[in-house]
Amino acid sequence: MSVASSASVAVPIPVRIPLREVLPWAVFIGVLAMVLLYFVGAEQGATSLISGHYVHEFVHDGRHLLGFPCH
Amino acid sequence: MMRMLLVRGMFAGLVAGVLALVFARVIGEPSVGAAIDFESAEATAAGEPPEPELVSRAVQSTLGLATGVLVYAVAFGGLFALAFAVAYGRIGRLDARATALVLGVGGYLSAFVVPFLKYPANPPSIGNADTIDERTVTYFLMVAVSVGCAIAAACLGRRLMSRLGAWNATLVAVLAFVVALSVAGLLFPAVDEVPKEFPADVLWSFRVASLGTQLIMWTTIALLFGVLVRRRLPADRQLAGQPG
Repeated sequence: MSVASSASVAVPIPVRIPLREVLPWAVFIGVLAMVLLYFVGAEQGATSLISGHYVHEFVHDGRHLLGFPCH
Repeated sequence: MMRMLLVRGMFAGLVAGVLALVFARVIGEPSVGAAIDFESAEATAAGEPPEPELVSRAVQSTLGLATGVLVYAVAFGGLFALAFAVAYGRIGRLDARATALVLGVGGYLSAFVVPFLKYPANPPSIGNADTIDERTVTYFLMVAVSVGCAIAAACLGRRLMSRLGAWNATLVAVLAFVVALSVAGLLFPAVDEVPKEFPADVLWSFRVASLGTQLIMWTTIALLFGVLVRRRLPADRQLAGQPG
């Protein structure tokens, strides 16, 4: 320990969140987010779960501006 | 703890989405409109009948755009909270705000900018309908490779930290990411579908607007999330200089 570091100053050390606590949330929210991003970014483009073009046309401008491949 | 992080992540995502939406509407929509005008003019010149509008332009550029951007931003807000839960306390001794900022910059670059360098965003009328399958697969694959390599680089940096120190370990990790993604960029197929007559300045302003929309979203999520969670995370108060 160097004497230079002022020993009286308390520095908070981040406490890790156990991975086993994160995992179930990560799976659930991860899947949910992927479904949402799929509908904004890719539905009725290369693949269609719903027939027609309504979803594609509705989010059309967002899809282009957010950088997804389109048309 | 996870509930607290997720609620704040999605809230930060919502606020970020609103700001990004304002930017996209004001800065991005004019070039989308110009591109559609180009498309219509080309179709008229070729003698094709105008396509029927399934969703009107007025709806596409307001409600449709808002739905797309807000859903996207809230989803990324949730994913951001998950990434934060894993990264906090595991990337050096960064506090909550700094961890969130590092994640925001890393997320913006790896999930958007790096894939964009190979497959930039395109306005309407660019892109052959016959190649949408390949373009979709290669784009999402590029995003997956980029985010995967960013995570791998972060793990590499963490391992090297004790031997090289934080500064040099970070440099090596960043270098490894740059090399890996340069190789990936060479190996991935090129897409060259911009029509010859398409106005170059419209393409430029569209792409700048696209980069800006994402920049606003990521920085807002990172900065707001950091502020919202910093006083709610447990931290050991240790004396300075003691080993953590």
